[in-house]
Amino acid sequence: MNIPVKPLSSVPLTKADFVSDQTVRWCPGCGDYSILANVQKIMPELNIPKENIVFVSGIGCSSRFPYYMDTYGLHTLHGRAPAFATGLKVARPDLNVWLVTGDGDGLSIGGNQLLHMLRRNLDVNVLLFNNRIYGLTKGQYSPTSEQGKVTKSTPFGSPDMPLNPMLFALSAGATFIARTFDVDAKGMQEIFKEAAKHKGTSFVEIYQNCNIFNDGTFAPIYERSVREERILRLKHGEPFIFGKNRNKGIRLNGLKPEVVELGNGTNENDLLKHDQYSKDSTLANLLSSFDFPAFPVPMGVLRQVRNSIYGEIIEQQIKTQLEEKGEGKLTDLLRGTHVWTN
Amino acid sequence: MSSVKAPLQKKSELPHGTRFSSTSVLAGNDVISFPDYPAEIRAPAGTLEGVSSFDLSFSSSEIYTTADYLEVLVAMNPAALKANIKDLEKGGILILNSDSFAENDLRKAKYKENPLETGELNEYRVVQIPITKLTLKAVEETGLSHRDGARCKNFFALGVVKWLFVRPLEQTQDWIEEKFKRPEIAKANSLALQAGYNYAITVELFHARYHVPAAVLPSGEYRQITGSQALALGCVAASCRSGLSLLYASYPITPASDILHELAQYKNFGVKTIQAEDEIAAISSSIGSAFGGALAVTGTSGPGLDLKSEAIGYAVMTELPVVVLNVQRGGPSTGLPTKAEQTDLLAAMYGRHGEAPVPVLAASTPGDCFYMVLEAFRLALKYMTPVIVLSDGGLANASEPWKIPDENQLPDLTPSFHTDPENFSPYQRNQQTLARNWAIPGTPGLEHRLGGLEKDSITGEISYEPENHERMVLLRDEKIKRIKNDLPPLEVIGPGKNKLLVVSWGSVYGSVFSAIEELQAERYPVSMLHLRHLNPFQQNLAKILNNFDKILVPEMNLGQLSRLLRAEFLVDTISFSKLQGRPFLISEIRSKVLELLGSK
Repeated sequence: MNIPVKPLSSVPLTKADFVSDQTVRWCPGCGDYSILANVQKIMPELNIPKENIVFVSGIGCSSRFPYYMDTYGLHTLHGRAPAFATGLKVARPDLNVWLVTGDGDGLSIGGNQLLHMLRRNLDVNVLLFNNRIYGLTKGQYSPTSEQGKVTKSTPFGSPDMPLNPMLFALSAGATFIARTFDVDAKGMQEIFKEAAKHKGTSFVEIYQNCNIFNDGTFAPIYERSVREERILRLKHGEPFIFGKNRNKGIRLNGLKPEVVELGNGTNENDLLKHDQYSKDSTLANLLSSFDFPAFPVPMGVLRQVRNSIYGEIIEQQIKTQLEEKGEGKLTDLLRGTHVWTN
Repeated sequence: MSSVKAPLQKKSELPHGTRFSSTSVLAGNDVISFPDYPAEIRAPAGTLEGVSSFDLSFSSSEIYTTADYLEVLVAMNPAALKANIKDLEKGGILILNSDSFAENDLRKAKYKENPLETGELNEYRVVQIPITKLTLKAVEETGLSHRDGARCKNFFALGVVKWLFVRPLEQTQDWIEEKFKRPEIAKANSLALQAGYNYAITVELFHARYHVPAAVLPSGEYRQITGSQALALGCVAASCRSGLSLLYASYPITPASDILHELAQYKNFGVKTIQAEDEIAAISSSIGSAFGGALAVTGTSGPGLDLKSEAIGYAVMTELPVVVLNVQRGGPSTGLPTKAEQTDLLAAMYGRHGEAPVPVLAASTPGDCFYMVLEAFRLALKYMTPVIVLSDGGLANASEPWKIPDENQLPDLTPSFHTDPENFSPYQRNQQTLARNWAIPGTPGLEHRLGGLEKDSITGEISYEPENHERMVLLRDEKIKRIKNDLPPLEVIGPGKNKLLVVSWGSVYGSVFSAIEELQAERYPVSMLHLRHLNPFQQNLAKILNNFDKILVPEMNLGQLSRLLRAEFLVDTISFSKLQGRPFLISEIRSKVLELLGSK
């Protein structure tokens, strides 16, 4: 995000300054609570006056988020938060805009809006809460639900193939993609701050547990006892190593990635290294496609590159036109090129 | 009456002009034609001396001469342009063969500079078509030589003009069959004719002709303006008069795209345009910008209005000012994209779930589009509401002489943003207008959240409380109704008490006015009332309607305004419909009025 260098309007802010007076109405035990707390936690560190911050959301459980932030907020239409945010950010480039969406809101009904916002590289931060279910409508499968998933609307299993949010974002041209999970406070805070710093669309997928309609959907991946074996923590410049004993790694065999045990002639130098800033998206594509159980699930920043930013181009065009033509005069415009007198 | 000048390179090609006139005769028009070609049988093509032409006037009523000015000029090369452009009326359609504007062609016509680049054609509706290239492509299958193939281009041009004036192709095709002995030539000409016709459909050339009521124009400075230009200028004027920067988000759709094309040019007015990924995104971006304090507007046509309905309801709920320009076209579904209709009135009024009242305005003439946009912004900003402005495909592309307004006479639209944090609530209202506070991001201490969920009438927080919901529904309704107090009274054209009142809205204004003017001059007991505000209706409307024995409502729909008047005022309106994508003829209104007066 483009952080305006502006003096704070009040004394240094604290987490409490970002807590609104609204009662949080998510189900007890929902993963959303922890995401909210960690967003509120990092907000003061951004050094942005809170009147310049706007949270925009669509429809769904996650999209209630803006009501709980004591900033400006816009709870919009199902799927359309990216379009609302686009108009807001283009009109007001000075604002720091966050977008909260879910797997249904962002990838199903709002797939088109999300796609085009990513393509344009609008300077906003996206938090996509992925719980692989429709919570607010009480338990239908979502576009990220596993094929065969039994839900109220699919008593014999979902026939749909799931969508991979990272690959979706990447193919739309996203300049910042990252993944984190709702029980990892430290990881979330790091990623949120990175996302806030990035200029252009920062797209963060958050694995989030819906303890009512899809309890434990990510437990096989991030449950504490198995986490280290099933998660690949990404750090720029470091080899892909994971496991409790840090004894496993990922290397390329031809064009195919494979999990290998370290030792017995295989060492760190044989492994793939993370290059978060690579202009070429091959590695990011590879990382995005890693899925449990064949591979550990990558957590962290998968890709971060610079590209032109939608709103900035519009501002630049206005500047250029003002230089070329001077400030428009309404009278001249109304008169047009050919005037006659009656 | 319409007049058209078709190109003729050589005398031997005269039949193209006669082809057009004969189909017009067959179509029941009064036709007068005036061929104009040089004495030389074959003067060098492309030179001023070599220009031939065929001037044609046709009209649904009796005519006695060719028209003084041309409405359409087809110029196959710069020489033809130079020779005839003086006869084309301002705002007339100028069809040019863009394949023949090379340096050599310009030299032959003694043009020092390319007229397409100097701006000298700005006052016409220039349609550049690569006629030679397209003709050659169209006749490719006949195997004709380049030279023979290119000769068919007049038939291509004829095809375009036929579409423009809604002439059938059949007779000309039969004539071609008869006339050209060599079957491949006949085939090629027929293909070129069809290709020109198809091209006009595909690129959506408009045939909208606008009948400005005959009146002596008041003195002052004038320019030519189309409805689309007027909508765009209205937006920029509203931006200048409100001090807010304009954000226009829109998705390309015929016939509304021209507004986007216009506004995209005005970056030095601080205008921001977004070509959105779809109709829903377009209005969503507009509303997002309104939340940020921009002057928000989106434009569309029928199918897009359907898609925008949920978001319009959202703007009703969040009480954010956004103007929706709807350039109506033939429907339902894809319908008739290039033709005009007034079939979206009820959609504009009621096309949303829930009780979602929205002010609806309608422009009457191309130039009036400008004032209706300003009025829409005035209401949107003052009452914190979305406003729908109805134009149509006819108004959008038609042009008329427009008296240039004085910038300083335009309404002051400066909004007052709320900045005082003392006891702030976003849903506190102005007791007179019922408009809520508009506080924009960046204002310290006024951080608040808006959304589509029902809000508490005092605090603006989410509320599911039953009585509160009913209170809010009534408040939103009352707010729009109160706009009535802010509108000038309607004025009847003719006696305020009479046997028959003709009530019109939108672009039927032109033909109704013309007919009524004629009939009143002949002392028939008929008056006219034209509505520009369709929701809410102006205060004195009920009283006016009660002063007439009969009320006729001509509309290019199945009686949508008629139905609204019946429902609102319990009056026995008589609906008069026309749904041919074309405006009413003056004579159609006239006969209907005479029939109702029992004078027919």
